[in-house]
Amino acid sequence: MPNTLAEKILLAHTDVDEVTPGDIVMVRCDVVMTNDISGPMAFRAMEKMGASRVFDPSRVVLVPDHFIPAKDTRSAELQKLLRDWAAEQGVTYYEQGRGGIEHTLLVEEGWVVPGSVIAGGDSHTCTYGALSAFGTGLGSTDIAACLASGTFWQAVPGTIRVEFAGEKRRFVTGKDLILAVIAEIGVAGGTNMALEFVGAGAEALSIDERLAVANMAVEAGSETGFFPADDTVAAYLDGRTSRPWTAETSDPGAEFAQTVRIDLDDLPPLVAMPHSPGNVVPLDQAVGTRIDQVYIGNCSNGTMTDLRQAAEMLRGRQIAAHTRAIVVPATQRIYRQALAEGLLDLFAEAGALVSAPTCGACFGGSNGVLAPGENAITTTNRNFKGRMGSSEAGVHLANAWVAAAAAVAGEIVDPAELGAAA
Amino acid sequence: MNLEGRALVIRQDDVDTDVLYPGQFLNVTDVDKMTAHLFEGLDPTLRDELGGDTALVVGSNFGTGSSREHVPQAMAASGIRFVVGKSFARIFYRNCINLGLPAVIAPDAVEAASPGSALELDLDEGTVRVDGRVFAINPVPAFLREMFAAGGLVPWMKRRFTAA
Repeated sequence: MPNTLAEKILLAHTDVDEVTPGDIVMVRCDVVMTNDISGPMAFRAMEKMGASRVFDPSRVVLVPDHFIPAKDTRSAELQKLLRDWAAEQGVTYYEQGRGGIEHTLLVEEGWVVPGSVIAGGDSHTCTYGALSAFGTGLGSTDIAACLASGTFWQAVPGTIRVEFAGEKRRFVTGKDLILAVIAEIGVAGGTNMALEFVGAGAEALSIDERLAVANMAVEAGSETGFFPADDTVAAYLDGRTSRPWTAETSDPGAEFAQTVRIDLDDLPPLVAMPHSPGNVVPLDQAVGTRIDQVYIGNCSNGTMTDLRQAAEMLRGRQIAAHTRAIVVPATQRIYRQALAEGLLDLFAEAGALVSAPTCGACFGGSNGVLAPGENAITTTNRNFKGRMGSSEAGVHLANAWVAAAAAVAGEIVDPAELGAAA
Repeated sequence: MNLEGRALVIRQDDVDTDVLYPGQFLNVTDVDKMTAHLFEGLDPTLRDELGGDTALVVGSNFGTGSSREHVPQAMAASGIRFVVGKSFARIFYRNCINLGLPAVIAPDAVEAASPGSALELDLDEGTVRVDGRVFAINPVPAFLREMFAAGGLVPWMKRRFTAA
């Protein structure tokens, strides 16, 4: 029977011989990841399950990234707990200053290979689909079961095939592609589904842009979202990982629940207006919105690609007087690369605040939360009411070119109008 | 398995995890302290209506967003006995099941319920009664019924470890 890529990955991680969407199966994890929020609660649940040791220390990764650097005593205690538990269990632990935002970090560090199943205590674990992995975000009790047994229960998803046709225009990025998908199918359109991203427009995307696309699959309600592996993935993984992998695709004749086609030739930059990632408009409808804070960072768009795009807008320019900009490289490695390329100095010279890698203000934790009445434009993935602080603030989601251009103009503008700096 | 409760109704669709339990309180790990932040970004006065015997009635795609288990943990600790919705976001739904908090889909029952309605969930029969009127719930797979019966993933796993 022909299978979808999602079914093939799950079949390789279960004891059953065939699967149909809706079947509930126990799935084996290749990697289990948790952080300073989901981790401590998972450790407690694992103990209650009667398990004292993790199933396999070589497959467990802990990354403090949400409230780092510790914003208060309570957060510091959680991070201490994570650090101590990692040492006790003998699992991999990325200390702050040597790590970064979990999803970008795990990809960089070679934990993620095509066809692998990765369970993460964070909803954006679907990011690993950029490398054709089945990354799935789980709550703390699920993570406890993964830590203890290396397995989680999963209803086999159907698949929505998303075809990116044509070639994207200047100032359009992976961010806009996934916003277009969410606009098309809605914030619950992917419920019980995996999104499979295919087509010439998908194949043309860099790994950084694929990270942005896969990251927000969850914003369409999906179980996960992924790209089939190709030469771009092979080149990225060359020298980065020793984990074995093979490139797989959906079988010819596999059944898809739905096919969605996004024509890139006509796609403008997009903006998700407050207070939903599904509240998407073409950029020109958002132009003129006054901006108090620009935030460039997070697990979807804090990559070198994003920082270079922001730099194109900010080089030799000044951030508008009434606007503040915060730039957050996603990992220590990206931070150092940006430093080496002179980008951090360029941002600082433009009047931006450059932060250490952290989830920070993206989820309203620390490092740049918003006051009532303020408007932000961010490269993050969620703009729910109150997401970044006050519930009376408005968050607009956009790509790094658009966000950085708004920093210069003090309002949302078309980066094409502003033009790349000389 | 039979459960009774009095309806607290949140009728809007796509209610997200961040309004149900804002991010700034995610460093709270004590369940009894989480209850003080439940519904904070949606309507904090809803907390006053939780009497220990609540059946939460919700719209479509309830719990969309984050994987934060604080939401269903705080719900259970606040006396929410079960949740009846038009549909649920994936991770929220998983979290409810794993914590032994039954969440069932019954769109007609949601329409029929009003604040204070008497709800009665019969998981074996596959029905929910709203002020005496009977509505079918969407079929619950055997595996999930087993999970409900065990009281959630913790006791379910404990049984596996003890048996092994």
